[in-house]
Amino acid sequence: MNSFLVGAGVFIAVLAAVCLYRVAVGPTVFDRMIAAGLVGSNGLILMVVIGFIYGRIEMFVDIAITYALLNFIVAIVLGKYFERTGEKPR
Amino acid sequence: MTALVIILVVSGVFFLAVSSIGIIRFPDFYSRAHAAGKTETLGMILILVGLAIYSGWSLNTLKLLFIVLFVMLANPSATHAFSRGALRAGLEPWTRGTPIKKQKETSEKTSVIEPEES
Repeated sequence: MNSFLVGAGVFIAVLAAVCLYRVAVGPTVFDRMIAAGLVGSNGLILMVVIGFIYGRIEMFVDIAITYALLNFIVAIVLGKYFERTGEKPR
Repeated sequence: MTALVIILVVSGVFFLAVSSIGIIRFPDFYSRAHAAGKTETLGMILILVGLAIYSGWSLNTLKLLFIVLFVMLANPSATHAFSRGALRAGLEPWTRGTPIKKQKETSEKTSVIEPEES
C-alpha cells in the first residue's frame, strides 16, 4: 500500500509539473492564473498523500486545510483584481 | 477495504490526468476553465474520500471530509470568479474558424463587451 501511494504521489507531481507549461506560455493572464490554481490543488492532494506515506497524517492534514483556504482566497482576490484592471495593470 | 481505496485513488488520478491534458490542449481560456473547474474537483473528491477511508475512523477522517466539503464548494466558485473576471475584462470566447494566434490580439484590448445580435 505504501509503494502504491508513492507511485500515485509521483504521478500527481508529474501532472502538476505539466500544468506549469501553461503557466509559462499561457497567452493571457487568466490562463496563467487558472493553471497556477491547478498546481495548487495538485499540491494539496500531494501533501495529504505525503502525510500518509510518512505516517504523520495528523500534522499534514492541518497544513492541507490551510492550503485549501489560501488557494481559494488567492483565486477570489486575483479574479476580482484582474476583472477591474484587465490584461494590463493601469 | 484496501481494494476500495485503490479503486478510488486510481480513478481520482485518472480525472486529474484528464484535467491536466485539458488545460494543455484546449484552445482558449473558457474551455480551459471548463476542464479545470469540474474535472479537477471530481478528482480531488475521489482521492480525498479514498484516503479518508484508508485512514480509519479518527479525527483525521473528519478533517479530510471537511477538506472534501470545502473543495466541493470553493473550487467551482474560484473558477467562476476567474471566468467572470475574464469576460468583464474583455476576453472574447473562441469560436470555430478563429485562428488561435489571434487570441493574443483580441485579449489585449480591454473594452466592454457588447452583446452580439444573432
